[in-house]
Amino acid sequence: MATPLKVNRIGLEPAAYKGGKTTLCAGCGHNAISERIVEAFYEMGVDPSRVVKLSGIGCSSKSPAYFLGSAHGFNAVHGRMPSVGTGAMLANRSLLAIGVSGDGDTGAIGIGQFVHLMRRNLPIIYVIEDNGCYGLTKGQFSPTADVGSRLKTGGVNELPPIDTCTLAIQLGATFVARSFSGDKKQLLSLLKAAIAHRGTVMLDVLSPCVTFNDHEGSTKSYAYVKEHDRVIEEVTFVPFFEDITIEHEPGTTQEVTLHDGSKLFLRKLGEEYDPTDKGGALQNLLDSERRGEISTGLLYIEPDRPDFIEQLNMVDEPLATLPLERVRPGREALAEIMDALL
Amino acid sequence: MSPTDLAVHDGQATSSRPRTVNDFSIQVATVNGSGSQTANLVLLRTLLLMGIPASGKNMFPSNIAGLPTWYTIRASRRGYIGRKKDVDFLVAMNPETAKEDVLTLEPGAAVVYDEPLKLNLLRSDLTFYPVPFDKLVAPVCPDAKLRRLVRNMIYDGILAKLLGIDRRLMEQALNKQLGKKAKAVALNAAALAAGWEYAEANLPKQDPFVFEAVPGAPQKILIDGNAAAAIGCMMAGVTVVAWYPITPSSSLCESLIGYMRKYRVDRATGKATFAIVQAEDEIASLGMVIGASWAGARAMTATSGPGISLMGEFTGLAYYAEVPAVIFDVQRVGPSTGLPTRTAQGDLLVTAFLSHGDTRHLLLIPASVDECYTMAMQAFDLAERFQTPVFVMMDLDLGMNNWECAPFAYPETAVDRGKRLDADTLKAIGEWGRYKDVDGDGIPWRTVPGDGMPPFFTRGSGHNPRAQYSERPDDYVQNVDRLRRKFETARGAMPAPEVDVAAGAAVGFIAYGTSHWAVAESRDQLREQEGLTTSYLRVRSYPFSGRIAEFIDAHERVYVVEQNRDAQLAQLLRLELTAAQIGKLRSVLHYSGLPIDARSVTADVLAQEGRK
Ligand SMILES: Cc1ncc(C[n+]2csc(CCOP(=O)(O)OP(=O)(O)O)c2C)c(N)n1
Ligand code: SF4
Repeated sequence: MATPLKVNRIGLEPAAYKGGKTTLCAGCGHNAISERIVEAFYEMGVDPSRVVKLSGIGCSSKSPAYFLGSAHGFNAVHGRMPSVGTGAMLANRSLLAIGVSGDGDTGAIGIGQFVHLMRRNLPIIYVIEDNGCYGLTKGQFSPTADVGSRLKTGGVNELPPIDTCTLAIQLGATFVARSFSGDKKQLLSLLKAAIAHRGTVMLDVLSPCVTFNDHEGSTKSYAYVKEHDRVIEEVTFVPFFEDITIEHEPGTTQEVTLHDGSKLFLRKLGEEYDPTDKGGALQNLLDSERRGEISTGLLYIEPDRPDFIEQLNMVDEPLATLPLERVRPGREALAEIMDALL
Repeated sequence: MSPTDLAVHDGQATSSRPRTVNDFSIQVATVNGSGSQTANLVLLRTLLLMGIPASGKNMFPSNIAGLPTWYTIRASRRGYIGRKKDVDFLVAMNPETAKEDVLTLEPGAAVVYDEPLKLNLLRSDLTFYPVPFDKLVAPVCPDAKLRRLVRNMIYDGILAKLLGIDRRLMEQALNKQLGKKAKAVALNAAALAAGWEYAEANLPKQDPFVFEAVPGAPQKILIDGNAAAAIGCMMAGVTVVAWYPITPSSSLCESLIGYMRKYRVDRATGKATFAIVQAEDEIASLGMVIGASWAGARAMTATSGPGISLMGEFTGLAYYAEVPAVIFDVQRVGPSTGLPTRTAQGDLLVTAFLSHGDTRHLLLIPASVDECYTMAMQAFDLAERFQTPVFVMMDLDLGMNNWECAPFAYPETAVDRGKRLDADTLKAIGEWGRYKDVDGDGIPWRTVPGDGMPPFFTRGSGHNPRAQYSERPDDYVQNVDRLRRKFETARGAMPAPEVDVAAGAAVGFIAYGTSHWAVAESRDQLREQEGLTTSYLRVRSYPFSGRIAEFIDAHERVYVVEQNRDAQLAQLLRLELTAAQIGKLRSVLHYSGLPIDARSVTADVLAQEGRK
């Protein structure tokens, strides 16, 4: 069967966005997320050579090897990807950074760096592949495990979970969303919107571990998440380079313009939901937790807050490539410094 | 409480000492937070203006205000700027420590003290100068709240008169110290004058200590090692700095912030050619440095022992994944919180092998403020050339105290950015692999994001020459053997030791960092007072130069002088020496938290030599 040659707006084929063959378990939610990342970057026409892929340690953190093979990747140490990503973006502000972490990598060992990444609003897409357990070390509870959730080996979690979205919203991330590896359409729209945003994107994706946490009694199993997923709004993403208008009845849809001019159309489902209202977003997360539901969709967005690079008032060019004459002060400067010390 | 390692004297007969010119030490005992630093620096600066070699050492508590602090200024005709153990001239401003401060003085010393303390009753073998500080400060400083600070300038005025300092020079130093703060200058100048006039009217000179200007002395700058290193970093073209505050390294980054804001902001756009981030901890600091270096920037962090401990895991990653990083370790006394405001050379072993698995790191060891400046620049070149972490091993004494030095020279060479792949090289080498040893020196060619060259996946897990994940035993062995080869290549590129071999000497010294100053002075003492001529080798880097083994071979006994309990340099040396060479090593160890002094070294060597 001959497939017609398909290219995106920068003339690249989908294959240019593929990575190495996955070594994760068949059916692992993380693989589905990698596939959506490939599609999102392809559809957005991002030049992969301008992308850096970062991660910590875990099954989830292995996944950058499985997408965007022609981008540089950095598999850092457990829980510390935020600092490495921060350094990379400071060195070269023209890069687009996507970091992949796990719920253990983020919520346990890495909670400190996660918290401070959110505060800085660094331009980065931070994806948590959230399965409520430590996959790579064979299924122990992680800090996002729900109260009452049961391990395959029998233990029951009694500690309250960390809600990474609540944290991210409180701490200053400017794009916070939750999705499900099984909801292809929603996840793809959110990833494309994430690429269009400038600032910290925190995307928590429920991503069942089919090997250690997919049984009855687990609140992070595929079946449980699918059943309790409560989509808060229907997300339609229209990239800046496509001339499409979305028809909608007045009052039914909220329109958000992103940094690069792309647009998000958020069609209300049921209750009123305004993702630019911080208090409302936090309340929604509290309410859904109380109801035992999982709110998914774009939870919070603040499109215009200055990112960390702007706050640091850095030159427009990447710091990494500034020529010596711009980074080594002249003879007069040193003479002036010496003079003051005489 | 007192930071002295001197014995208390009984004080019998008054030993009148001979006239002593430009060769004595002054100690000011105060409480911290009392603003004595300005007065102390003005005094030190005045000596420099007079062309008298001098150094200042601050012994301060880990506390913000109210605990005892001692500032010692040592003038030395012969240019010895290490610590001198005994105090010749005491300014006793702290009631809490005054008694012990006076009791530990050598006979013949002089004391300026706050009159109500009545210190003159303690001993009869000292010269006492009582000064009613409170009475003198009131008329010159109407604002009662400022009196505590201004009071200190009064002792500068007293000392100027008593020690023969040109008053106008001291005013010049005051102007320099306070810069544009006109009101503060006026207030302090009045206090200085009040002290001077009081001394002139009431305190006839009775002690033998005087300063005399040295005509034609070369101009010297006064700077602490942290500021010197900061200037070096700026001149090296650092662009990304991440740090977490910790004494005694904080002022390195704080100085750097000051200099960068002044000299590294684009005139046209008003934008910074740098990013300095106060990170959430030292793990994040090093993570940011690694991320930035990986993406092609020159990046650094500065810390002290506790931060070094936290940086272990990331250091191993940078070593194994071959990412440059520049780390300043301004050492303080450990383990744990230890004595956070006191000096030591206790981190040598931990940094040389920081992290788990087989790791070895490059160390630079400056002894002077000038070397803080030059080695800061070298650190970036070495880190990029060898694609690995480089530690600059300073210490609190060097980093936080003021040292005199000739003005720094402008760097005449371009920077070394190491093996960065470009189109021509790619063509020449054919098939590129990130960890392929193309040139046989263990150093592979590197690409960075955004440079248009082939990408690769950086990881701390096992990898083959093409940077692919690998758990194959042969890939692992080949890779770590190449890293070893790279380390050997670095050995030849590190700053060489400074060697002074004395003809026919049987005894040699090996030292490094700030221990240098005590050793240099001790060698003179041994030669002049004991007739013992010695050779000397100053280690400036790790991996060690082959000249160290040659030096040991050429001597019968070699004293390794260092400021830690466990003879860390000697231990590190032993790993590379023969049994015969090891047999020649002796240790002189000093680890009280106070900077090492020449007298202690001399005494220790004489004892080990069986001479005393
Ligand atoms: C410092 C350190 N401690 C422990 C580990 C072991 N470890 C590897 S992955 C992991 C947990 C990963 O869990 P998560 O982030 O949830 O990822 P998942 O495997 O579930 O995708 C742990 C504890 C490590 N690599 N480093
Ligand atoms: S163990 Fe779980 S998280 Fe890891 S790859 Fe398998 S399914 Fe995925």
